[in-house]
Formats: sequence, C-alpha cells, structure tokens
Amino acid sequence: MREEDREKGYDFHKKSHTDTMVINMGPSHPATHGTVKFFLTLDGEIIEDIDVEIGYLHRAFEKECEAQKWNGVFPYTDRLDYTASALNNVGYAMAAERLIGIEVPERCQYLRTIVSEMARLSGHYTNVGAGALELGALTAFIYFIEARELLWDLMESICGARLTHNYVRIGGVTSDLPSGFRENIKRIFAKNRELWVDFDTMLTKNRIFLDRMRDTGAISQKDAIEWGFTGPCLRATGVPYDVRRAQPYLVYDRVDFDIPVGSTGDNFDRYLVRMEEINQSMRIIEQCLEQMPDGPINVDDPRWRMPSKDDSSTKMEPLIFHFKQIIEGPQIPAGEVYQAVEGCNGELGYYLVSSGGGKPWKCRVRPPSFALTAAMPLLVKGAMLADLIPTFDMINLIGGECDR
Amino acid sequence: MSQGDNKGYGVVDSAVMARVRAKLGPLGLILHTHNQHGDDTVVVQADDILQVMEFLRHDPAMSFDMMMDLTAVDYLGAERTHPYLEPLKARFEVVYHLYSVEKNHRIRVKAPLTLENCYINSVTGIWAGADWFEREAFDLYGVVFRGHPNLKRILLYEGFEGHPLRKDYDKFKRQPLIGPVN
Repeated sequence: MREEDREKGYDFHKKSHTDTMVINMGPSHPATHGTVKFFLTLDGEIIEDIDVEIGYLHRAFEKECEAQKWNGVFPYTDRLDYTASALNNVGYAMAAERLIGIEVPERCQYLRTIVSEMARLSGHYTNVGAGALELGALTAFIYFIEARELLWDLMESICGARLTHNYVRIGGVTSDLPSGFRENIKRIFAKNRELWVDFDTMLTKNRIFLDRMRDTGAISQKDAIEWGFTGPCLRATGVPYDVRRAQPYLVYDRVDFDIPVGSTGDNFDRYLVRMEEINQSMRIIEQCLEQMPDGPINVDDPRWRMPSKDDSSTKMEPLIFHFKQIIEGPQIPAGEVYQAVEGCNGELGYYLVSSGGGKPWKCRVRPPSFALTAAMPLLVKGAMLADLIPTFDMINLIGGECDR
Repeated sequence: MSQGDNKGYGVVDSAVMARVRAKLGPLGLILHTHNQHGDDTVVVQADDILQVMEFLRHDPAMSFDMMMDLTAVDYLGAERTHPYLEPLKARFEVVYHLYSVEKNHRIRVKAPLTLENCYINSVTGIWAGADWFEREAFDLYGVVFRGHPNLKRILLYEGFEGHPLRKDYDKFKRQPLIGPVN
C-alpha cells in the first residue's frame, strides 16, 4: 500500500472489489459435451450461483413411445444414452417381458449381458476420453476413441450398427454372435488393454490432470444419496450400490466381478471408478463367453416375438404372425412395472404402464444423469469457474438421456 | 429375473408391505395395495402424501433414503385398468419410486389426482433430489407441487402452452417458438 493511500485510509482491496457478473455458458460451449446452458453468477473467478438449464435436446420421447407399438419403441430407446445404446434396449425389453410374464432363453440372457457390458465399455471410453479432452488432453482422448472404434467393430459384427444398435427385441435379440467373434474379441481386448495402460500412464499420475480433478466437485455420501446419485458418481463416494449386485438381473449373479468404490467423492475418484469398471466389464464379457450355452436366442411364442425374416418370407403362418406384430403389436396385458438396470451413469429405470393393447400407455425412463445434473449447484457453488469443466465431465450429462 | 403373476394384482405380502399396512392402515392412509410383478405398491390419498413419505423415509425398518423416480400418469380413458381410480373420479396419478440403499428394498407410492384438484404437496423437503423430478412432472403433466421452491418448466421453454404428456394433448399439435426472453 502506498504511503499517501494509507494516510487517506484507502483500502485497495476493498475498493477494487467488483460487482458480481452474470454470464451465460452454453448452450453450445466447446468445453462441455452435451447441450446445456449454465447461468452463472461470478465473483471474479468464483462461482457464486449457478442455474442449470436443460431441455435443449428434448424430443418428446414419451409422447412418441405412446404412439408406437411396443416393438417400435426400441429405436427411440437407442437414442437415450447414445454412447451405450444397447443398455437402453436391454432395460426396456426386460421391463416389457416382466409385464408379459415371459422369461427369455439362457443364451439370450448371456448375449444381453455381453452387449450390455460392451455398451458400458463404450460409454466409459467416451466419458473418460472426452473428460480428458476437455481438460486439454487431446492425445489421451484419441487413444480411447481408438478403443471405442474397435469395440464398435465388434458391435457392428453382431448387429450391423455402430452407434444405435437396436439389437434387442421383446422376447429375444435380433441375431446370434457371428462366426469368428471369439477370436476377434480376444484380439480387440488385448489391444484395448494396451490402450488402457497407455491412457492410464498419460493421465492418472499426470500433475496437471491431478490438480484439476482432485478435490473438485466433491459430494458427501449423505448428500449423494439424498440427491438420488447412482452409478459411478455414487460409488465414488464409497457407497457400493450397483444394481447388478444389489438386485441381480440377467446372468450377473453367475459371473465374478468387483465393484470399485472411491472414498472422497471428488472428480478424480469418479474417474478412477470408471477406469476400473472398464476392466471389470471386460472380465464379465470373457466369463460370459466361456459360460454361454448353446440354444435358442428367442422365446418360441409368436405372440411376443416377430418371426425370423427367413421364415416370414417363405412360410404362411410366420407371415401372418409377422403382420399381426406389425399391425396390431404384441397384446401386452394391463399392468405396470418398474425395471432397473445398471446404466453407464447409474440406475436406468423403465416404468411401463400398459392398458392392455399393442401400444404402451406410458413409457417412462428414469434417466440417471438427470438426477446427477440436478445436483450441479451443490457441486460447484463456491468453486472456481475452471472447476466446472471437470465436474460437468464426470457428471457425464448425456443430452439424449437427460432431456429425452 | 423375477417373475410376477400375470393375471392381475398379486397379494403376496413382503416384509415391507406388511409393515406399511400395519403402520399406515390403522391411520386410514391406505387406499389400495398390490405387488403386481413383484413391485410393492401402495396407493394413498394425495393430501396425505407428506405424512406417508415422512414415515417411509424415517421409519427405521423402512429408511427409504433415495427417491429414485417421480413421474405422473394420465389415465384419461383407461381408468378401468385401476379399479380404485373410478370411485375417486381421478384422472392422474403421481408415481414415486423409492429405494433404500441401506436395506436394499424398493416401494412404489402412488397418489391419484383429479383434473380439478391437480395439486399435491412437494416432497423436496424430504429428498432434495425430488426438485427436478417435480418440475418435470409439472412441465409435462401440469401437476402443481405445493411448496416447491422453484416450480417452473424444465424440459420445455417458458411460454409453451399446455402440458404435452396429457392424453388430450394432440401429438401433432404445433406451437410457434417464442422469441428470446431477455
């Protein structure tokens, strides 16, 4: 402080204090993946207040589903969490099957588990990779995108699509594993494990990465539960809740896997949990391939399952069933059901209501990232503006899922 | 995969339902219970929702510490599928899915509402996470949550007219986009 200032009683610190500033961040911002708007009140670089505005990708998922036949909903579910679309298919199909009261054959359950875990891998590669990208680590991002591309090659060999798989059907799946799948998966997993090690070496002990991830965006166990956190973000706080373990579905009770948990609930723990889940998903897939029995992949009941294309093109009865499925839809009895599966971001729940008939009366999705994004103010208030980026990355808002 | 009975409302009582019935039944808070497809469900009057939720949240044997999901259903024209809706002349139902991390059990709570009296108390005081879910149900179904701190549209824009998930909202109805608000 200058001598004459002190004499005048001039306090530089007090006088230079500026008013808070309100800025819009988004809806399309280069450092956030997903279309979302933050309405920020800043005091210097400190976030005083934040209002999160979602809905930019709202495309009336529920209204569209109510106008479709039960089988026509699958393409819409693909576009919820589009980084892991097969998982959404599986959840919806399981909910519909519980409404009907059928159980799919064992081989089909294994196939569904395999594609679920492949979808989880794809989702985690995207999230962790893009998270690194937005902190400036472009190289690391490209390593994981390569891993994801290889994985999508596998998905493509199963169902013909890379991004929106539309693979599962009520009462079964569309196709069995192609020949040579086991050799391919062995080759690709070996490569992906190398990429994982490279990625891990580049980031996990990287000083810049650590400084931005550690102790930012932390949440306590109690708050996380109260705000409806599930998935990696909840497990990062140390709560080992995983739907696959808590209420096992498909064949998760027959495979051996660990549930990684964190301790501090900050961004770095969320990152570590996801990195370890990548390894665990690979373990699950390998065990499934070992255990998988031969057998049918669809229920043998034309009321619920569309006949195969070969049959409906050559035989009379399957053709009739095919028309029935397309024109009337499966006649699912009236009732309601809530089926949860472990999605990429947490509990993905389907609440289906049938009034008896070919169309769903209501098809509700419980989107995990919706609940996570709702807690954003809690995570970033009082933090630096730059901390918003890693926090939002690790929350992993998927626009398609959050806005529906 | 759990197999439910397919014919209608099952009557198998789980430990959760037995306690809910024992504790809330004598108070006259229960309209209906069932566990179709293995999902424990209790239907209560909308006016009693806070009392019921406080019990489910804080009772040591229940301790539903997580509000998984909150949504509404419009049963316009399909009231017959739920026999308890008709005497109440109810059209909507607010549906809560609760989960207990501690006890690893679930319950579904439903509260019927009429079109004229489409109000229900907000549960944001019990689970902070209910905030956005209630805003969504308000946005898409027009259910008003009394006592919600910030009840405004969330998925649709300010200035949108009507509530599109109501069954009488035409799917092909078009609305012009409004200009910038500020």
